[in-house]
Amino acid sequence: MQWLAPVIFSLACGVAAAGAQPSPERQAELRYLLAQDCGSCHGLTLKGGLGPALTAPALAGKPAEFLQLTILHGRPGTAMPPWRGILNEEESRWLADRLLAGETQP
Amino acid sequence: MSSPYEQHRHAAERTPIPLRAEWGTVLACIAMLLSLIVAGSARAEIAVRGSGDLALVVERANGSLLVVETTGNSTLRRIEGLGDLSHASAVISRDQRYAFVFGRDGGLTKVDLLEGRIAARVMQSGNSIGGAISQDGRLVAVSNYEPGGVKVFNTQDLSLVADIPAEFGAGQRSKVIGLVDAPGRRFVFSLWDAGEIWLADFSAGDQPVVSKFTDVGRNPYDALITPDGRHYIAGLFGEDGMALLDLWHPERGVRRILPDYGRGEQKMPVYKMPHLEGWAVAGNRAFVPAVGRNEVLVIDMNTWQEAGRIPVHGQPVFVMGRPDGRQVWVNFAFPNNDTVQVIDAENLAVHDTLRPGKGVLHMEFEPRGEEVWISVRDLDELQVYDTASLERRATLPAQKPSGIFMTARAARIGL
Repeated sequence: MQWLAPVIFSLACGVAAAGAQPSPERQAELRYLLAQDCGSCHGLTLKGGLGPALTAPALAGKPAEFLQLTILHGRPGTAMPPWRGILNEEESRWLADRLLAGETQP
Repeated sequence: MSSPYEQHRHAAERTPIPLRAEWGTVLACIAMLLSLIVAGSARAEIAVRGSGDLALVVERANGSLLVVETTGNSTLRRIEGLGDLSHASAVISRDQRYAFVFGRDGGLTKVDLLEGRIAARVMQSGNSIGGAISQDGRLVAVSNYEPGGVKVFNTQDLSLVADIPAEFGAGQRSKVIGLVDAPGRRFVFSLWDAGEIWLADFSAGDQPVVSKFTDVGRNPYDALITPDGRHYIAGLFGEDGMALLDLWHPERGVRRILPDYGRGEQKMPVYKMPHLEGWAVAGNRAFVPAVGRNEVLVIDMNTWQEAGRIPVHGQPVFVMGRPDGRQVWVNFAFPNNDTVQVIDAENLAVHDTLRPGKGVLHMEFEPRGEEVWISVRDLDELQVYDTASLERRATLPAQKPSGIFMTARAARIGL
């Protein structure tokens, strides 16, 4: 349960600084990463593979914070790795928002 | 197509002017020759060539394929319209003319490499991951994530032969991975969610006899079969070790090998599942990617014990043996996927490091190993290297290339 600590810490700090945006260059990199690297498990079109579908309808009803924390910390016991160290909080929140909005084209 | 004889007859019948018999015969012969030339030139658009030096390259983002040739290292043509090809793979028909391409979107496409066209295509599931062709070349099997199971088709026309749902527990269905062909018209595959290995035997006909091996380990993520077709080995994501099935003695069941590997060690996050398809064998040693570690594992195939660990640049994805077994080439998961390392299979050490560029997704040796093809996704390039000098011999444009499949795979068990 050691993974819980950063989760709780992040929640307590209110990681979801929803207003902050990565730079346009970084946004392009993130979109590319989403399609190509997330896509290696979730499918290039995010319709699912070894990992579940990440399309907007598939994620409907899930809070952005939940997705952000899943991206940052992974899901222990599954193949979903933690992306912290590669993505920061602002970037993971931006990706979570893109996923929920279905704005995932590279 | 009508025979030359029929063309001759029709040409003669169409001759309107009454002629003496001899002239008629001469004209008919000329007409026959002309019709043969016309028929020949129509066919000449497809140059007469063999297909043993061809390869198929998946362009994952655009749903297209490139047909390349490895004698002069050039691109012959592009074939479009194959749907979602992320993580696509292919097997080759026994005559090395056709490829069967497994798309992520469940599409199964039969491609004519010589004519550069789609010969047949079916949407056979919602989400698939790979496939295999039977020993006799008559069956092509596809492993599916959604709905989980294996479907088997006739290679002639892609008509459905058998449907094997991967059911387990209380009506659950598992994603299927690691599907390979085995001698005796059999297919072997693993169930990711169920932790099982299934053996589907088609030797008695198109109704398979399915044997199930349960509790093989948590989350088998991919599998391979040794080049002799005897041992099927599944890598386990959910726990340490690998699951081994001896296909000469399936009655002995699945046993665990390398049980101590990784015990008590903290794993790194895995950003890309390793592949086991490129079983690298040199002498009695096999080389496989370690999961979640920057290491290549060496296995003694006589004892199935660990024979060494080779530290490498990142988490390995493909570990591919040059056909002569002297070198083992390794590429890596994100974020180290700009690098390829070459291991000396004799002294078990990295002896060279190449940097083809970001997004090295696949490597494929030419049949006798003098050159290797590397797909570099982010550069939109295929790079061809001399495996002795490690110099780059060619660079070909390709759109987001991933898998490379040489036609010589047709003659290899398990590929």
